[in-house]
Amino acid sequence: MPQGTERPLRVLLAKLGMDTHTVGITVIAHALREAGMEVIFTGLKQTPAMVATAAIQEDVDVVGVSSLSAGHTRSLPTLARLLREAGAGDKLLLVGGVIPEEDQPLLQEAGVDKIFTMGADTRDIITYLNEWRAAQQAGHS
Amino acid sequence: MDVAKELLGGNMLAGGRAIRWLDDRDPRGAEVLASVFPHTGRAHIIGITGPPGAGKSTLANAMISQLRSRGRRVGVVAIDPSSPFSGGAILGDRVRMARHTLDADVFIRSIGTRGQAGGLSRSAHDACLILDAMGFDVILVETVGVGQDEIDIVALAHTTVIVGLPGLGDEVQAIKAGLMEVGDVFVINKADREGYEATRQQFELMLHLRAEGRQDSSLHWSPPVLRAVALNDEGIAEIIDATEAHAQFLRDNGEFERLSGQRERAQTLGLMGEALLQLALEKTDPDVLAAVEAREIDPYAAARLLLRSL
Ligand SMILES: Nc1nc2c(ncn2[C@@H]2O[C@H](COP(=O)(O)OP(=O)(O)OP(=O)(O)O)[C@@H](O)[C@H]2O)c(=O)[nH]1
Ligand SMILES: [Mg+2]
Repeated sequence: MPQGTERPLRVLLAKLGMDTHTVGITVIAHALREAGMEVIFTGLKQTPAMVATAAIQEDVDVVGVSSLSAGHTRSLPTLARLLREAGAGDKLLLVGGVIPEEDQPLLQEAGVDKIFTMGADTRDIITYLNEWRAAQQAGHS
Repeated sequence: MDVAKELLGGNMLAGGRAIRWLDDRDPRGAEVLASVFPHTGRAHIIGITGPPGAGKSTLANAMISQLRSRGRRVGVVAIDPSSPFSGGAILGDRVRMARHTLDADVFIRSIGTRGQAGGLSRSAHDACLILDAMGFDVILVETVGVGQDEIDIVALAHTTVIVGLPGLGDEVQAIKAGLMEVGDVFVINKADREGYEATRQQFELMLHLRAEGRQDSSLHWSPPVLRAVALNDEGIAEIIDATEAHAQFLRDNGEFERLSGQRERAQTLGLMGEALLQLALEKTDPDVLAAVEAREIDPYAAARLLLRSL
């Protein structure tokens, strides 16, 4: 393969807290892999500090958090803050899962870039990521 | 951020970024490497290889704990296969090492093979150099699950740990041909399972044959065969005793530096090969390739023709 042409988007997928449903996140991981992205799994029962540290060590472009249990109104702002404090606030922070409508403004204000609610099509996520990346690259050149 | 300076001071963000640039073949990666290279050559690089599912990641997790209890700072490079079709990958090794995430003296990096055969990724070597420059004492490199001849790890690591598992005669067969020839430390993991003793005997026999074939060798390291239940942290102190003894053995014989030097030499030749191919492809006359596709000229003749026009 020619030098320098393959720079896959790197995406960390994480589950915060006690949520142990893995089906959704596994489906998304496979879809992203098919779309040419590198997906890094961190495992279950992660704390915001663990997700932030892994995102930094892995130097991902995107942090995707699946949230199927309550608690996200505290854990997601903490994660966004930890990333910012470590100088990694430029990473795209996505959330997927069950997010009540009334929580969404709070999350977006706290630094969550995009929310995909339950039942979002994986194709929409991929399109969103590709467009985000294209915009980034246009901005940098 | 001055990435080179920051990573020498141990900054994780900078270390992560440098590895990304090198993995992506971003020119900034080579610049960083040039600045930090004088600070490398100290770390003990340990390869962990073996068939898929043998417990390499679980073992790495247990080895990190043991190394940390001995005060070592540990870097990990965990490699998983990239899809040859999409280029994407699912990198899941660090899930098994999650308990070390918040330890500031452990740095775990997952890497996709990105088209490289041989069980490693094209940037595994670069990642090791960066972790070395960051001051990690030991670097564990977990290869993809390998068969017989994916043994590139040997050229990268000072010490190669082969992870096998009991039972399943086939897997022993698979380990036999390639991996038995290259291991420095053999671990039979999942020893809580049926068939440990039989597997150990097979390993010992094959190592005995290997030793007989190498009688002329002036260096004598006899690879131990060790028992482990990585899932329960059993047998891990013995494994670290063995890897440390091997490192000492290499140092006593001047082999530690020699291996490191050979590694940089091989890396240089590999990079040259990559660059030369790139250069040649840029100058390749597409008409000649089209002629091969149309079966008007054979591949040997076409290659000769193309090379002559360089
Ligand atoms: N019974 C038993 N199971 C183990 C042991 N060590 C690991 N396992 C299990 O074996 C499975 C595979 O372990 P991994 O550590 O992911 O194996 P791996 O060699 O890294 O796998 P790949 O990276 O996919 O090649 C997991 O379900 C582990 O829990 C052990 O000592 N005993
Ligand atoms: Mg593994």
